[in-house]
Amino acid sequence: MHKTIMALAFVVITTFASAEPIEQRIAPCLACHGEKGQSETENTPSLGAQQAPYALIQLFMFREKLRVFEPMNEMAKALTDEDLRLFSDFIAKMPKPVPPGENGEPARMQRGQALVQQHRCDSCHNPDLSGKENVPRIANQREDYLARTLGEYKDNSRHGYDASMADVMAPISPEQIADLAYFIARMR
Amino acid sequence: MISYLSVPRSLLLSGAFFTALTLSAAAQQSAEPPAAAQQPPAQLPAAGAPPAGTAASPSLPPGSPLLGRPAGSDAAAKLAPIAPPPIPAAPDKLPTAKLKVPAGFNIEVYAAGMANARSLAVGDKGTVFVGSRLVDKVYAIVNKDGKREVKVLASGLYRPNGVAFKDGTLYIAELSKVSKIEEVEDNLDNPPKPTVIFDKLPKDEAHGWKFIGIGPDNKLYVPVGQPGNNVLHDDDHGLIRRMNLDGSGAEVIARGVRNTVGFDWHPETKQLYFTDNGRDWMSEDVPEDELNRMTQVGDHFGAPFCLQGNIVDPEFGWGKSCSEYTAPVGLLGPHSAALGMRFYTGNMFPKAYKNVAIIARHGSWNRSKKVGGDVVIAKLNKDGTMKSLEPFITGFLEDNKYNGRPVDVLPMKDGSLLVSDDYNGAVYRITYGKQKMAGK
Repeated sequence: MHKTIMALAFVVITTFASAEPIEQRIAPCLACHGEKGQSETENTPSLGAQQAPYALIQLFMFREKLRVFEPMNEMAKALTDEDLRLFSDFIAKMPKPVPPGENGEPARMQRGQALVQQHRCDSCHNPDLSGKENVPRIANQREDYLARTLGEYKDNSRHGYDASMADVMAPISPEQIADLAYFIARMR
Repeated sequence: MISYLSVPRSLLLSGAFFTALTLSAAAQQSAEPPAAAQQPPAQLPAAGAPPAGTAASPSLPPGSPLLGRPAGSDAAAKLAPIAPPPIPAAPDKLPTAKLKVPAGFNIEVYAAGMANARSLAVGDKGTVFVGSRLVDKVYAIVNKDGKREVKVLASGLYRPNGVAFKDGTLYIAELSKVSKIEEVEDNLDNPPKPTVIFDKLPKDEAHGWKFIGIGPDNKLYVPVGQPGNNVLHDDDHGLIRRMNLDGSGAEVIARGVRNTVGFDWHPETKQLYFTDNGRDWMSEDVPEDELNRMTQVGDHFGAPFCLQGNIVDPEFGWGKSCSEYTAPVGLLGPHSAALGMRFYTGNMFPKAYKNVAIIARHGSWNRSKKVGGDVVIAKLNKDGTMKSLEPFITGFLEDNKYNGRPVDVLPMKDGSLLVSDDYNGAVYRITYGKQKMAGK
């Protein structure tokens, strides 16, 4: 799996170097992240309608290795500042991810929703969790990616651009993280 | 347009203190705010100011910037710290044309392309060192054959905001450690990794980034902010420490410091002056950021019990009196984020600028109508208190939005002044009189 990603990264880098239109340049990204804004790949985030300033910050951090995930660091390595803007603007215009067809289990949904309110996720991420500016859209993000990311913020293995999420996650337990991710992935 | 605080005495006496603090009223005036110590002690914030500490979710951790936010206020809900763009602005996209300086002064781009450029220090050979907070780098602006060039001096650092230079050595302050690079200007092309000299520092993110400076006593001054907006904390926070240049002999010299991100020593009295940022969410207009002066080791500057020298904190001030603490010598505007400050001792600027404190106000986030986003001049009275606060560089704030945010100021040997801007990743140079505009 890892080798495949690295090989893919190599293909992507050579692709980026060319002057192809953005739709072609971004195609290898979407092979994992989903062509219609919705990721079908385990632990890999959906990118659709992501806030452009947030996407730009993440791409920048991958390029600078301020956010460490080797395949993404490799992919972003050769991108220019202008490329980063181009990709983040394109991502922002892709369709937003949709919730899974089946409704969530009511008790868990209720617990998750209560946690969103209690911890004021909505104050930065917007009431519909669509995000704004440098604060990401999290609504209907993949549950596995949400849970992993919240855990990484909590144990400070993912620093973020500033440190606000580490502070926010400090009092939230692993069980609560699971409920939060369950609800946010399925909210309508 | 830029706003300054000017509080007529009559208004103070009439009791209209808080409601009268409309900042725009005194725009562009050379304001003369009375020193905090001379003001009548303020009562609790007037109606309209929310009771602090009662509103936001009790589950928010102490480090969260949202702690203390009043519930049910749409205006307050819109306010959050502002993240700068990650990519530094291209030289031709910098806001220099919008920036205003007093007549006779010039502003130019000194260097650009340094993401999140923060604190400044200058070496004996003229190299300018630039720290950062949101990226992992310390930059060096190198002068070579009349051309300026930006190099990454060190990377892989964690919130390396603070830089200071003495006798060939660069000192770098990360979130929880201080390190040094010796003979740095002789090794700019192949600098060695920084070696740690002091790391007995807390790791809190809130107010954890550091400004550092080296005093006339040849000691390194290292602050630790309070780990949250308005919190009771242990003895390892809310302080300024000084130590020998090898990290030995560290001692705490000041307490009650919420978050100082700029300081310098008065050129004549050699007393330490420092800016300190006031707490958030108490109200739009109070407390103000402070200009403080340390007159003796062990001074306590009030936070979180007494704010701006004359307001006891609504939450932590019970049973306390502001008379127990060292009052600021001047107030620098509510939420204005007064950061870098240095005394001007150069010969290029007019005589009126001799020994004034030049202060970079990064600009507010916790205020509906933004204030700051400028560089101001604080003139002092003979007794060392602040006499006046005047605009110096304005124009970073336009239609309640920032097009740049000044962080630090650094007088150069030739009398010019450098100003860093972390929003654009640039350093500007201010000169006076007819100059050959270098770097254009």
